[in-house]
Amino acid sequence: MIRFENVGLRYGTGPEVLRDISFTLPPGSFHFMTGASGAGKSSLLKLMYLAHRPSRGLITLFGRDMARAKRGDLPALRRQIGVVFQDFALLDHLSTLDNVALPLRMSGASEADVVEHCTEILRWVGLGNHLHALPSTLSGGQQQRVAIARSVINRPRLLLADEPTGNVDDGIGMRLLYLFEELHKLGTTVVIATHNEALIRRFDHPRLHLENGRLHVMPAQAARWA
Amino acid sequence: MALPLYRKRFDLPLAKDPTSRFLTWLTALIVYLAALALAGALVVSDMARRWDSGLAGGLTVQIAPLPDAAASPLNERVEAALTVLRSTPGVKTANALTSDDTARLLEPWLGPEAADPLLPMPRLIDVVTDGPVDVDALTLRLKSAAPGATLDDHAVWLADLRNFAGAVHLAALGVVALIGGAGVMAVVFAVRAGLAIHRHVVELLHLMGATDRYVARQFESHVMSLTLRGGLGGLGLALATLVGIGRASAGLRASLLPNVSLEVWQMGLLAIVPVMACLLAMVTARWTVLRTLETLP
Ligand SMILES: Nc1ncnc2c1ncn2[C@@H]1O[C@H](COP(=O)(O)OP(=O)(O)O)[C@@H](O)[C@H]1O
Ligand SMILES: [Mg+2]
Repeated sequence: MIRFENVGLRYGTGPEVLRDISFTLPPGSFHFMTGASGAGKSSLLKLMYLAHRPSRGLITLFGRDMARAKRGDLPALRRQIGVVFQDFALLDHLSTLDNVALPLRMSGASEADVVEHCTEILRWVGLGNHLHALPSTLSGGQQQRVAIARSVINRPRLLLADEPTGNVDDGIGMRLLYLFEELHKLGTTVVIATHNEALIRRFDHPRLHLENGRLHVMPAQAARWA
Repeated sequence: MALPLYRKRFDLPLAKDPTSRFLTWLTALIVYLAALALAGALVVSDMARRWDSGLAGGLTVQIAPLPDAAASPLNERVEAALTVLRSTPGVKTANALTSDDTARLLEPWLGPEAADPLLPMPRLIDVVTDGPVDVDALTLRLKSAAPGATLDDHAVWLADLRNFAGAVHLAALGVVALIGGAGVMAVVFAVRAGLAIHRHVVELLHLMGATDRYVARQFESHVMSLTLRGGLGGLGLALATLVGIGRASAGLRASLLPNVSLEVWQMGLLAIVPVMACLLAMVTARWTVLRTLETLP
């Protein structure tokens, strides 16, 4: 599904934020990504969702060498990746439904399909009564669920979440994680960056741990007792 | 508007941008000026066509009254000139205008006093040709037969008039090109501003897999609705101005003014101006967005 070989990333002329990152995520896997604040979790995710190009190294995504992919091919690849951004990145002027609809409309879905699917998924995350609300009128937890609904509406092959449980209490965080578990069971490859050790311990998944710009892959059992 | 199906939906909240109203007004102004320039060119075309049909295939001979008492009287010299003219190959008819006719021709310049018999007035001979005339040779023969005769070859000043009409066309074209260029720059500026204001949204759409064309389309349809609105306003204003000028000139008695009113089909032709402005703005918007987005990974 995704493979990094000796990948390095630096911003501008600064020091390397990520160094010699090598790992492989098999299709259908579920990983947590951990590391102190500033360790480079967001940066690594950005490389995965093609927001940055690496300073060096090789990234293979969906079996394709990203260094050789043409710029025109990237939008189609990006549409197969669902991203829950750290700050949700909802569009303030669009309703909940229109926010969730963005990926569908970009792929050229018909208006009838858009409304049907978006309504369905918003019910599924418990926002059936807020279809036409603006994001600013929703609570943090509700906004997070909109962001998650939007990230999965297109049935992505790869789902990346940047601290999705960042500012919700553990109860809601747990519910969100069960949501990701559902998707995982449907075959989606999932990577979730999080600080929340309590949540990590509740689920039996391997861990990508970042420290000093380097990555350590920890298997599921070790992750649980680390 | 209330129907959800017809609701205009933009992922980018462009309508609230400060540049939006500016672009509408600017398009109105540009279309107004361009429509007036085009109308001017059409009026001059009409005039040139009328001159052409009125003057082509003709010569005018003018016989001046001579103060020299030794010269033969004016009437005799006119007759002599007519004889020369009628024997010249290429000349179909040659007719002398009476003094009254001449006075009438000069009235717009001289007023009713043109008919005063005390004014020394030249006599004019209207010549219609049906073939090439050797103008130089004819001039020489006229001068010897009728002193004081001068030959006006219409071709000479027809060429001048045609040059003038061409110059007006060129000027109109230049005006349209200039303000069109200003319009293109304004659209580039407005779209760049829009991209900067909504940079985070544009980047988000980009990361979610929006193609550059998808983002460009949003700007295109936004610019289309703005410039179409402005353009129609400008066109309405231009038509109102033209109708006003037509009314005002119809009220004038001076026959010196050319006919400045436009036919209905010519007014219809002016309707192309806002359409062209709108298309140009859309192409410019797309080009600007695509150029800018190329800098994203
Ligand atoms: N756009 C950027 N420009 C320059 N430096 C950046 C940028 N984004 C992140 N960094 C730096 O990269 C390092 C890793 O940041 P980040 O990936 O956000 O870490 P995390 O998500 O784990 O907190 C930090 O030192 C941060 O200052
Ligand atoms: Mg981060």
